[in-house]
Amino acid sequence: MEVLILQIKIYKSLFIEYEKRQQITSEESVKYKLISLFVAFFIMGIIFAALQVNPFIALGSIFSFSLFNPNGFAAVLTRMIPLLLCGVGLAIAYKALFWNIGAEGQLLLGAIIAIGIGVFVPGIPDPLLLPMILLMGFLLGAVWGIVPTLLKLRLNINEVITTLMLNYIAINLVRYLIYGPWKGPYNFPLSDLLPAVAWEPLIPGTSIYVISLILALIFALGSYFLLFKTTIGYEIRVVGENIQAAKYAGINYKKTILITMIISGGLAGLAGAGLMTGVQHRLTNPEAISPGYGYTAIIVAWLGGLNPISIIFASLFMSILIVGGQNIQILLGLPFGVVNIFNGVILAVIIAFEFLKKYKIKFVINRDVIDTESELNKSINLKA
Amino acid sequence: MEIKEKVISIGDTVLEMRGIKKHFPGVIANDNIDFQLKAGEIQALLGENGAGKTTLMNILYGLYKQDEGEIFIKGQKVDINTPKHAIELGIGMVHQHFMLVDVFSVLENVVLGLKELKLKIPKKRISKKLEEFSKVYGLKIDSKAKVWQLSAGEKQRVEIIKALYRGAEILILDEPTSVLAESEINSFFEMLKRMANDGKSIIFISHKLREVLSVSDRITILRKGKVQGTLRTSETNKQELTQLMVGKEIISRFDKTPLKKGKVILDVQNLKIFNVKGIEALKGVSFKISEGEIFGIVGIAGNGQKELLEAITGLRKVNSGEIYMNKEKITNKSPRIINKKNVAHIPEDRIEMGIVPNMDVSENLILKNYNQVPFVKDIYKGRIRLLQNYEEISRFSQKLVEGYDIITPNINTPVKTLSGGNIQRLILARELSSNPSLIIASHPTYGLDISATEFIRSLLLNEREKGAAILLVSEDLNEAISLSDRVAVIFEGKIVKIFEAEGADLQEIGLMMIGENNLISNGGFNSADKNI
Repeated sequence: MEVLILQIKIYKSLFIEYEKRQQITSEESVKYKLISLFVAFFIMGIIFAALQVNPFIALGSIFSFSLFNPNGFAAVLTRMIPLLLCGVGLAIAYKALFWNIGAEGQLLLGAIIAIGIGVFVPGIPDPLLLPMILLMGFLLGAVWGIVPTLLKLRLNINEVITTLMLNYIAINLVRYLIYGPWKGPYNFPLSDLLPAVAWEPLIPGTSIYVISLILALIFALGSYFLLFKTTIGYEIRVVGENIQAAKYAGINYKKTILITMIISGGLAGLAGAGLMTGVQHRLTNPEAISPGYGYTAIIVAWLGGLNPISIIFASLFMSILIVGGQNIQILLGLPFGVVNIFNGVILAVIIAFEFLKKYKIKFVINRDVIDTESELNKSINLKA
Repeated sequence: MEIKEKVISIGDTVLEMRGIKKHFPGVIANDNIDFQLKAGEIQALLGENGAGKTTLMNILYGLYKQDEGEIFIKGQKVDINTPKHAIELGIGMVHQHFMLVDVFSVLENVVLGLKELKLKIPKKRISKKLEEFSKVYGLKIDSKAKVWQLSAGEKQRVEIIKALYRGAEILILDEPTSVLAESEINSFFEMLKRMANDGKSIIFISHKLREVLSVSDRITILRKGKVQGTLRTSETNKQELTQLMVGKEIISRFDKTPLKKGKVILDVQNLKIFNVKGIEALKGVSFKISEGEIFGIVGIAGNGQKELLEAITGLRKVNSGEIYMNKEKITNKSPRIINKKNVAHIPEDRIEMGIVPNMDVSENLILKNYNQVPFVKDIYKGRIRLLQNYEEISRFSQKLVEGYDIITPNINTPVKTLSGGNIQRLILARELSSNPSLIIASHPTYGLDISATEFIRSLLLNEREKGAAILLVSEDLNEAISLSDRVAVIFEGKIVKIFEAEGADLQEIGLMMIGENNLISNGGFNSADKNI
């Protein structure tokens, strides 16, 4: 039997009481999301104050730089591309209840194959090179996603562990390549540059690589369509919501999960290939290729409520914070890592607020409790 | 404690609830309820599902808080905020679903969470007390046995002992007989009466009239959150109670047309299945079901019914034996292939298996045929099916919601917000809308109120009329026998006997269900009672 009301004593007769909600309206859901952001900003404000920085100036300059400064906003859109691709991919996997933590590794595999093809495979006609790189990025990311999926479906090995471990393998594979066989001519740990025909065009005067941006938006809209309008999307949602019902309905749930992970890994791989063709143009340190996009995308996916369209806004919001955060780091001389603290606080607060969606909370002062308690004590004393 | 020390003699009022009100979003679960309980009485709380019985008891047990109203225990006003508090006040509750730790022994479960425990459990002292209970009330149990080894009936006894050990004077039993076999019920009632004679007060929640009439002293009837009256059991009868419960006369006799048996639809031959633990769950089961026939399988849960149904619907692999449908072999075929042969399956676990709780009514109504035209758009000659046709799905859902009286705000409401009866209506609507030739129905009316039960029974009879072969598994012996044409008794993975339902002997079947069929010839009908 489910506990429907719970009271927790805070002090004497003061209680927190929480009761399970039946259902939550979408307005309430939005309301709680906004409140949770506000709470997160409030906590960050305290941290800024502790660092002896005016919290209003700090929070204000995060947004003023990334929204109203042209350079800032361009940086925001550039950052948004890999977050959006990875976030949408993760959301699809999470919809099917497959806990893919491996977007980072899947992204790096996409980057590796981009350089592998662009630099080391001769004879590809120039106009085909960029599409080929992006396609192969998708495929290799998918392969990196399929491995843990098969381990899960065949041997029932926990996917959280395997996807996470595959990230480290991918990171060290990149290191091996740039320190070893793919090291360029100048004895730096860098590969050779991609040929210029494989470079994505930029919006003039900015660093926004257009093709990946357009692809990311198309995939976000397409994923929404996939989840809510197609047969496979229906299957994904049934599998994720109730695997028993999926089996009962005759859905091949293993195939369904495999498809979600092909998409999930593929989109992360595409993000990695895009970083090569649009930003770095060569394989460098794994930390330089991706400062944790694959992990930040987990936050993005949940912030967007696993809805691909909301994830567009979530990824935009998250890159505003990242770019703005880096800006105040320089501007206000804040220590390195403040941005990460900021992200962590936001995620923690959002998860905490998920609880509020499920339970109604109120504070109650309960005089009767003390009454009965003291009476009980009295009677016990009398007996003694 | 003072409250408990106060002398209370049999017949005094121990509990009074006055003007209890509780509302949930959209429903008033309890509307101004007055309830009184006397020491030493068994009072039944009778009402359909959703009448407010469980809500009222959850308030008494501190799981909910009433919006308005007062509770008095032995004349003192109390405010019950937690189950712990209720237990301190001498209230014990045995839920429908047991809250025991399987790997612990009976004794360990009984003392679980008690404050008096220090480092070591004083086992001798406790088991002495348990022996006392078994002597006084007939609550016989091996205190060293692990809970997972016990039957449902024995687990229930553990729950009752747990409550008594904590000093319960008022015992709330929520649908206690639903886990008991027909033959266990009499001795269970005997035990309740002994406890009542000893001065305990018992609240017996039920919607089974027969049981309420045979065990209680008084009956309080609830309907739609309101008290319809409190009657002395000796001064009332089934008709009056039914009328108070449902507000209209319901005839529980079914207008069954004579059997029109057609060709054999389902043919199960010598089926053997090993379950997850490697134990033989089915030890060679054979039967045939024809068109227009309802074939009932009765037995206590866990005797192979579940495995049998899962094998027929393709959810479980068969170790040996064959299943034929329309002379075509379907043994170990996938659920999808079996679905396509027009098999309807009304699963036992309706929430866990039958629906997707977070998805809406319309998406749940197409769960079985979501990938078939017209619910998918036919893009190229029936070969490319990719897009769901949501306009068609809405139209279809609207039709079923109306046709099957599914009460829901609209077709886009998540199914989890519907009541149990409406969820079952939804499942039946989905399963029967494709005119199935074979229907597998597992406990189709379990836990439903009278009107939903009647509706579902009439739907099944209607399908029988239309020529479907129906396999009905039910724990409700009356239901199985009155709906079925033939009834098989299953015990420990074997079919003991197949009866013609007409004129079947309930007691004989009841004994076969607990494996006591050898006693029938010796005339030992009462042995089950004597054992306990």
